[in-house]
Amino acid sequence: MANTTTEFDTIAAISTPPGEGAISIVRLSGEEALPVAKQIFKGCDLEKVASHTINYGHIVDPENGEVVDEVMVSVLRAPKTYTREEMVEINTHGGIVATNHVLQLLLSHGARLAEPGEFTKRAFLNGRIDLTQAESVMDLIRAKTDRAMQVAVNQLDGNLSRLIKHIRQEILDALAQVEVNIDYPEYDAVETMTTKMLLEKATTVKKQIEQLLATANQGKVLREGLATAIVGRPNVGKSSLLNYLLHEDKAIVTDVAGTTRDVIEEYVSVRDVPLKLIDTAGIRETTDKVEKIGVERSRQAITQADLVLLILDNSEALTDEDRALLTATQAKKRLIILNKTDLPVKLAATELQQSVPAENIIAISALTATGVDQLEQRIADLFWGGIDNSQSTTLVSNARQIGLLKQADQALDDVLAGIKAEMPVDLVQIDMTRCWDLLGEITGDAYQDELLNQLFSQFCLGK
Amino acid sequence: MEVREYDAQNYDVIVVGAGHAGSEAALAAARMGNETMLLTINLDMVAFMPCNPSVGGPAKGIVVREIDALGGEMAHNIDKTYIQMRMLNTGKGPAVRALRAQADKHAYHRAMKDTIEKQPHLTLRQGTADRLLMENGACVGIVANTGARYRAKSVVLAAGTASRGKIIIGELMYSSGPNNSKPSDKLSLDLMAQGLKLRRFKTGTPPRVDGTTIDYSATEEQPGDKEVNHFSYDTPDSIYLKDQISCWLTYTNPATHKIIRDNLDRAPMFSGVIEGVGPRYCPSIEDKIVRFADKDHHQLFLEPEGRDTEEWYVQGFSTSMPEEVQQKMLHSVAGLEHAQLMRPGYAIEYDVVEPYQLRPTLETKLIPNLFTAGQMNGTSGYEEAAGQGLLAGINAGLRAKGIAEPFILKRSDAYIGVMVDDLVTKGTNEPYRLLTSRAEYRLILRHDNADLRLTERGHELGLISDTRYAKFLTKKAAIENELARLNTVRIKPNEEVNAFLASKGATPLKDGVLASEFLRRPEMTYADVLRFIPAPAEPLDQRVIEQIEIQLKYAGYIKKAEERVARLKRMEAKRIPANIDYDAINGLATEAHQKLKKIQPETLAQATRISGVNPADIAILSVYIEQGRIAKVTG
Repeated sequence: MANTTTEFDTIAAISTPPGEGAISIVRLSGEEALPVAKQIFKGCDLEKVASHTINYGHIVDPENGEVVDEVMVSVLRAPKTYTREEMVEINTHGGIVATNHVLQLLLSHGARLAEPGEFTKRAFLNGRIDLTQAESVMDLIRAKTDRAMQVAVNQLDGNLSRLIKHIRQEILDALAQVEVNIDYPEYDAVETMTTKMLLEKATTVKKQIEQLLATANQGKVLREGLATAIVGRPNVGKSSLLNYLLHEDKAIVTDVAGTTRDVIEEYVSVRDVPLKLIDTAGIRETTDKVEKIGVERSRQAITQADLVLLILDNSEALTDEDRALLTATQAKKRLIILNKTDLPVKLAATELQQSVPAENIIAISALTATGVDQLEQRIADLFWGGIDNSQSTTLVSNARQIGLLKQADQALDDVLAGIKAEMPVDLVQIDMTRCWDLLGEITGDAYQDELLNQLFSQFCLGK
Repeated sequence: MEVREYDAQNYDVIVVGAGHAGSEAALAAARMGNETMLLTINLDMVAFMPCNPSVGGPAKGIVVREIDALGGEMAHNIDKTYIQMRMLNTGKGPAVRALRAQADKHAYHRAMKDTIEKQPHLTLRQGTADRLLMENGACVGIVANTGARYRAKSVVLAAGTASRGKIIIGELMYSSGPNNSKPSDKLSLDLMAQGLKLRRFKTGTPPRVDGTTIDYSATEEQPGDKEVNHFSYDTPDSIYLKDQISCWLTYTNPATHKIIRDNLDRAPMFSGVIEGVGPRYCPSIEDKIVRFADKDHHQLFLEPEGRDTEEWYVQGFSTSMPEEVQQKMLHSVAGLEHAQLMRPGYAIEYDVVEPYQLRPTLETKLIPNLFTAGQMNGTSGYEEAAGQGLLAGINAGLRAKGIAEPFILKRSDAYIGVMVDDLVTKGTNEPYRLLTSRAEYRLILRHDNADLRLTERGHELGLISDTRYAKFLTKKAAIENELARLNTVRIKPNEEVNAFLASKGATPLKDGVLASEFLRRPEMTYADVLRFIPAPAEPLDQRVIEQIEIQLKYAGYIKKAEERVARLKRMEAKRIPANIDYDAINGLATEAHQKLKKIQPETLAQATRISGVNPADIAILSVYIEQGRIAKVTG
């Protein structure tokens, strides 16, 4: 049975136009708006603050504790709100990537993505909008829906759709078998589906879904660039490498200014991997002056980065500052670049090799451009991470898909938890069915009779 | 010579057809205090079982318990007349456990007829309804084949497969109701003339054989349970039947399949003779052989038809092959080599009312005061029929009493609610059978809690006696009190507790836990908990203990399901005005417009369940309703 969306769900959507302005607003409306927002907000207790207040804090992914963005959250309690329901507005300022991430988090913690025009519809249904406006509300719903559907269809990558359909079929086979065992307990022609078999199935499916979710990051990166920090103590050659990358690649892209942090981001494409270079201004500044806050500034860049390029001077021994940076980047995807190979080697490579795999240590000379080929290849390898980067790569990219996939993943966690708690197979199956429904929502295949059709086409049943 | 019509008695409620639907409908209406007539073609076929001699099973067994909790008769009747009782799915979760009984089909008929005869306000009469009595577009009674004009405030039709029934056995074909009874040839023609849409369905039954000619040694015995279980919450455990009759299991084989394949040209299923749509889940044996050609055997269950008969029902062998072929097929089966065929299997075609024309009360949208129930609404199975009969009887009874508030069961209330919602919201393209997979809230709709779900409502309707209701309240209180106690009493970790846990292979306790937490551990039972806490003031009934264990152990799943129900509840409360004019709504997608117009859902929640109606259509619909500019339907 498909999930029924109801008028009383708590809904969420990004309510500012994409790509415009430095601040975006993610809006929530419905009874659960505050409890949902509270789960991902670190700051004051949103359920306790006064209505119509703006509250400072951070959006944190509860799964891994990662800070997604620094935000201002408006708490608007019913009925004095646009929809006359409980509302929360999250003002993000980390650009569209962070804003999307906030939306995803809301969607995987109890909110549903708003249908087109749904905030306005609620405003009307709750008596907020004048009756004469009703007709135009309906026009709006219809117009937006048609466009949104087209967009949704276009966004659904053919490979993704095939893959999800395949996963759903696998789940369906298992579900049908459980149902047959229940409805036809005496038919010996059907193997009994045990929790052990369901465990195997759930584990396989979970792996597939997690792989898909991993590509979500890649999809994001493809559009937004891989946040890359070039760090190192003064004079190791950060700016030479930066200049090399910038000059080498003629397609220097945008200059995203106006963000509140005054961080300049520059884009380059390395072997088709878009790199968003973090704090290039910082790098330039540090070469101009004697830099005291260099390491501190590097640390900031490191926390924001998906990839860290840590440059060491090959012609000098490791300093304490180098070691501090090595420690600070330990948990990150990183490449250690030994620059100045044109000079005599003084750096003791053995100390490095203890903590860094050899393939992630690359010797170059930014001056003579030797070794940079190898560096570029390694960046590309790291990004694609063994995933075939031909055109057939499946990419999950939008918030709705990611939200649904995450919920499907959670449903599978519930399946596994149920099996662990020794629940009977027909209860565990409830969560398996939910996973199947959620995946169906991605492809638009929430067709109720599927299961029965499967049952009667696959098994010979009846009196 | 033409039959002369005359004005006969007036009733509050008339029920046509005394099968499993009609019997429940008539009893419910009469028990609510309505003067009721139950008219049927042959009084010797009241609550007759023309197909398998059994009641219950997955989903269906739960319906029987629901009928019982609402004050219906089926559970009582089978408890009086069963010859074998089995609990199915015992190895699975509580939501799918199901009770099934083999019935003595003749005793079952006699017991039901007896109950009906003794019921005050209820008249059982032999006759055939030929047409409706209509006034101002509403049904005001029926006209019988004898010419009698019976008037009533409401009418329930439960004509089953008798409606222009046609039996097919190979090349042999003749008009007939079930089991060679007289068909009803005129009523469904009149319904069509009144504007109702009908269609043809098909079902079938296997041959019956003489038990004295079965070689049981070549088959496997399937005995009944030793453990005590009954369908009715009212039946005392003490009368549990010890002397049960076994069923026997045998198989078809390649020789059987070859006989069938060699004679497919004579099979009405494949020669184009049968036009009705048959159920996928109840295929004939020839259908199974064709569709699952790679299977070299199929299970057959030999079921006794009763205690005082040697007739045996060959479950799994439904067929409309010519009699000659049926004999050959039977003789190819282990144990049936010398079996004497007593009644040949047959297919039967009949008229059904397209159920999307009904309200959730089972009243037709087109003709006020006319209700239909059972196989006539496109379902299959005695339990499905009885559940609808009860619902239709209650609503017809309420109508006769002038009570405006209808009796509706939602999908989250009962399997009966799931079935009726499916029928009226989606219609059906084949005889409809309840399956557990049709119920999205099956964890809530368990067979063990049907009384907790529905007794209150049965009592409100006057169908559950005060005595029984008091008994129910005592049970309910016992469950609640003990749950409350387990949620306050603690079990502390000590050597005794941890030694016991170790003996069960469970992890030891580190800190004290609530008794309820302790019981929630998969290895623990209520009896185990009682080792470490004081016993309750009064020893608890086994059924109470069962409830406590289920409610605690599966609390997480139950809570999730209840949350889903709660969310839908408000959509269920949003009613769509009956006179809404879908043509006047701009912006509905074409498919949604057509479907909404055809189904006429009564609530927004029901509208969301119609296939082809998407969220945008629901949004538009709700905006339109809110607008209050509902144009009147003309004509």
